[in-house]
Formats: sequence, C-alpha cells, structure tokens
Amino acid sequence: MAGNVPLQFTNPPLQTTAGNSEPRLVRWILITLALAFLGLFLVLPLVAIFIKAFDKGIAVFLEAISNPDALSAIKLTLIITLITVPLNAIFGIAAAWAVTKFNFKGKSLLITIIDLPFAISPVIAGLVFVLLFSAHGLFGQWLIDHNVKIIFAVPGIALATLLVTLPFVARELIPLMQTQGTADEEASLTLGASGWKTFLLVTLPNIKWGLLYGIILCSARAIGEFGAVSVVSGHIRGMTNTMPLHIEILYNEYQFSAAFAVASLMSLFAIITLVVKNIIEWKAKKSFEPEEGVH
Amino acid sequence: MKRNSVLPGFGLSLGFTMFYISLLVILPLSMIFINSVSVEWSKIWGTISDPRVVASYKLSFGAAFLAGSINVIFGVLIAWVLVRYPFPGRRIIDGLVDLPFALPTAIAGIALTTLYTENGWVGQFLSFKVAFTPLGITLALTFIGLPFVVRTVQPVLQSLEKEMEEASASLGANRLQTFIRVIFPELLPAALTGFALAFARALGEYGSVVFIAGNMPMKTEITPLLIMTKLEQYDYAGATAIAAVMLIFSFTILLIINILQWWTNRKFI
Repeated sequence: MAGNVPLQFTNPPLQTTAGNSEPRLVRWILITLALAFLGLFLVLPLVAIFIKAFDKGIAVFLEAISNPDALSAIKLTLIITLITVPLNAIFGIAAAWAVTKFNFKGKSLLITIIDLPFAISPVIAGLVFVLLFSAHGLFGQWLIDHNVKIIFAVPGIALATLLVTLPFVARELIPLMQTQGTADEEASLTLGASGWKTFLLVTLPNIKWGLLYGIILCSARAIGEFGAVSVVSGHIRGMTNTMPLHIEILYNEYQFSAAFAVASLMSLFAIITLVVKNIIEWKAKKSFEPEEGVH
Repeated sequence: MKRNSVLPGFGLSLGFTMFYISLLVILPLSMIFINSVSVEWSKIWGTISDPRVVASYKLSFGAAFLAGSINVIFGVLIAWVLVRYPFPGRRIIDGLVDLPFALPTAIAGIALTTLYTENGWVGQFLSFKVAFTPLGITLALTFIGLPFVVRTVQPVLQSLEKEMEEASASLGANRLQTFIRVIFPELLPAALTGFALAFARALGEYGSVVFIAGNMPMKTEITPLLIMTKLEQYDYAGATAIAAVMLIFSFTILLIINILQWWTNRKFI
C-alpha cells in the first residue's frame, strides 16, 4: 500500500547464460543509465544537504543545531515520536492478531480501512482534526468551555501524526502472520500455556523482525511528517514547532545554512534508518531460511 | 461470527482494533462528508469548480501522472539492473533506493529546490527553468514515488523462472523479443501497481512540493496547497469541499490498487 513496502529479501543475481542474458554492451549501458538516474535523483540531493549545512562554516552549523528554538523542535519531535510509535505498534499487533488468527465477516473491509491513511493527502489528515477540535469544530465549544487545547498544541500534532503513521506496523505484520498460520500458537495452547504466555513466548519471537521493521518505518515517518503536522501546529516557535516545521521557517527566512544544518541532522537519521532497515532484512532472511546454504 | 479457531483474544484484539480505527480514521474522515453535507450544494460547487481550483486539479493530476510514468520507466530499469546484473556496490545501491521513504519530505523539497534553481548546482547548466515551474513539481513527485515501482517490480523479477527465457531463446527469439513477449507481460501488473501507488502518493504530496513549486495561483498551485490556503483564511467550508473531491479520487485509486494487487497475486500464486 502507498507509503509502505513490506519486508522482502534480495536474492543474489541470476546465473546468466546465453539464453537469458544481454550482450556486455547492453548491460553496461543499462547499469550506467540506472546509476546515473539514482545519482542525479537520490545521491546528489543527499550530498547537497550536507555540503550546504557547512556552507558558512562549522560555527554557524553548531549555532543552528544548538539554539533554543532548534532544541525545543528536536524535543517536541522526540515526544511526538515516543507517543505515536508505541501506540501504533500496539494497534498493529492487535489488528494483525485479529485479522490473521480469526475468520470474520468484513475482514477485507477492515484491512482496506487500515490502509486508508496511506491513500489520503497528509493535508487532509490534518484538516480532519481541525474540523473536530478547532474553535469552530464539532467539539470546539466544549473544548473551550473545559479549557482544553488540541489544535495548535501538542495533542493535535500527536493525533495528526498518529493518523498518518497508523498503517505502518499493521501492514508489515498482517502478511507475515498470514504466512505463519496458527499452528505454533495452537501447539502452545494444547501444551497448557495461557493466551498471554503463548503470545509473548511463541508469537512475539516469530514476528520480532517484522515488528521491528514496521516500527523503524513508522518512526521515520513520524519524525519527518510535514503536511499533516503543518495544518494543526500553528507554527509557534519554541512551542509547537517540530523539526521539519523549524526547517521550513528557517528556509523561508533565507537562513539557508541553518535550515540545511537542521536538515543534515535529520538526513543523518534517515541514513541510519536505511542501514538498520537493511540489517533487519538481512537478519530476517537468515532467520527464515536457516537451512539454506550458500547459493 | 468467529469460526474454527481455538486461539484466545478475538474479542480483545478486534475490539481494540475497531475502537482505534473508529477514533482515528472513521470519525475524523467522516467529518469531511458530514461538513460537506451541511453546506448548500451550490456553494460547494462554486468552490470546487472555481477556475483556480480546477487549474490545481489539472496540475496535480498532470504532474502526478508524468512523475508516475517516469518512475515506471526508470523503476523497471533499476529493478532489472539490481536483480539481473552483479556489479560492485549493488547492495548499497539497493538499500539507497528506499531513501525517499526515510528522508523527511520537507528536506527533499529544500534540497531539490536548491539544486534546481537558476544558479543551483544543476539548474545553472539547464537552458530552461525547473524550480518554480510544473517541471519542478514533477521532479519532486518523481523523487517521492521512485521506491514504489522498484519495490513492487523487484520481487516479481526475482521469482521469474529463467527457463522460460531460455525456452524463448531456444525457439529462436532474440533478447529484445524475449523481453517484450515473455518478460514484460509478467512485469506489467506489478509495474501498474507501482505506478498506482506512486500516483496516489504524488496526488496528495505536500512537503516536498511546496518549496519547489513557487505556488503561483493558476500556474504552480497544487490541490493540497489550496486546501492549506483556504484553512489559513479560516474558510473551513471551502477547504472541506476541496478535500472531499480529493478523498473521492483517493478512494477510487485505492480501489484500483486493490484490483491490481489481486491481479498480480492471481498471476503469481
């Protein structure tokens, strides 16, 4: 589904023979074309971020990432991530358990609804909470009477991020638990283990790599979400600015070096995400085919 | 309701799931339609058929379609090279393909803008303007959508049996004929699924586009930005009406993706 691609394994390239391969020259041209495209579209922007970050020297870089507004943006981004990722992970496990271990009517409708947040624009994901909780919203008057602030405050940012990142863990676990079936759990129950014990000692070890993978993708999106958060945040400096919003403000004020300094921090995190993701893929591949030797 | 399962936790897991999606997905999204119904139809129609809004649909659809098409061509090429040809650094390149999923969209936006403005690293060598034109929007959407096609086509390419290609070759087909007649039809459903995923994402994309778009009314204003603009003017009815139009398109694309995935799975399982 949009926004996510499930855990998959890269096999070594095919053994080539005259019947299923191209002439050397054609291969060489295709590899060059692919690498040129990736170089221009992925590598160059990444390199640009780091070079622009140090454009005006290391002092400007350090000032940009250590000034109070930047620090409060980093803090808020961490808080939002720590709220949203565990909630969506618990939801993902519950949804995957319900969908893969039982048969019930409306199952495919439920899966489609879980997918929905991937298909809608982040701006709409923010808008719906404005319609619910802003001063003119459905619960607006009630919230004002009880002095609760959701929009232009941390709860609104958390809600919008929750909606945008809701499917990541569930989408990762559903196909995985589908292929694993229910035999292991049934054996454990037959041997007298309780439901929770079965889940903790049998299911959880089986799904750990898929779960971790979903959590990594969910965190990356929660940290970097821009559109949805931008709608509900109100851009109050030092209060409701997340890191991406802080970068936007710096950029719009033509403080390019400062904007790229904060951006380089986030890019570093994105690169770490990619590395961890690849390690998980490698580990998961090993744990799924332990008997298979060298290809 | 529940059938043939001895496992516990049905009520708890399904109950929690339903509670969670009702609160976070169903109730919030239904607000768009509830709010639209409470406004007069003529007012809604006035908003969603306003020339400025119509221009944004054309731009959003056109740029998303173009970006999706570029992604299909280069996505299939990249998947092909990664699966078929061993070359140094292949593992690293393979990992790098997911960068657009990991990098915050706003950062992609400012990086691409900086590269493609008139005196940027790339922009200075081009005789035409890229940043602040529909071309720049297409560029950002291509960046965002790239992994979708690669990651949907890659597993299909890996599971292709090489015997089929050898049979085709031994029956006298040359390599190009084998690709067009044997390999391409197998890749088509996956490539189309990848296109639809990239297209759906591109249609709603905001973060990477706003910086490079220039956001000139009638020229480089995408639909999600218009929703944002209406919200900033406290025109909630207008924002909601445009959002309803976008939601209907999103649902339609979601339906098409489900059909495509069903087609892909039917072919390969």
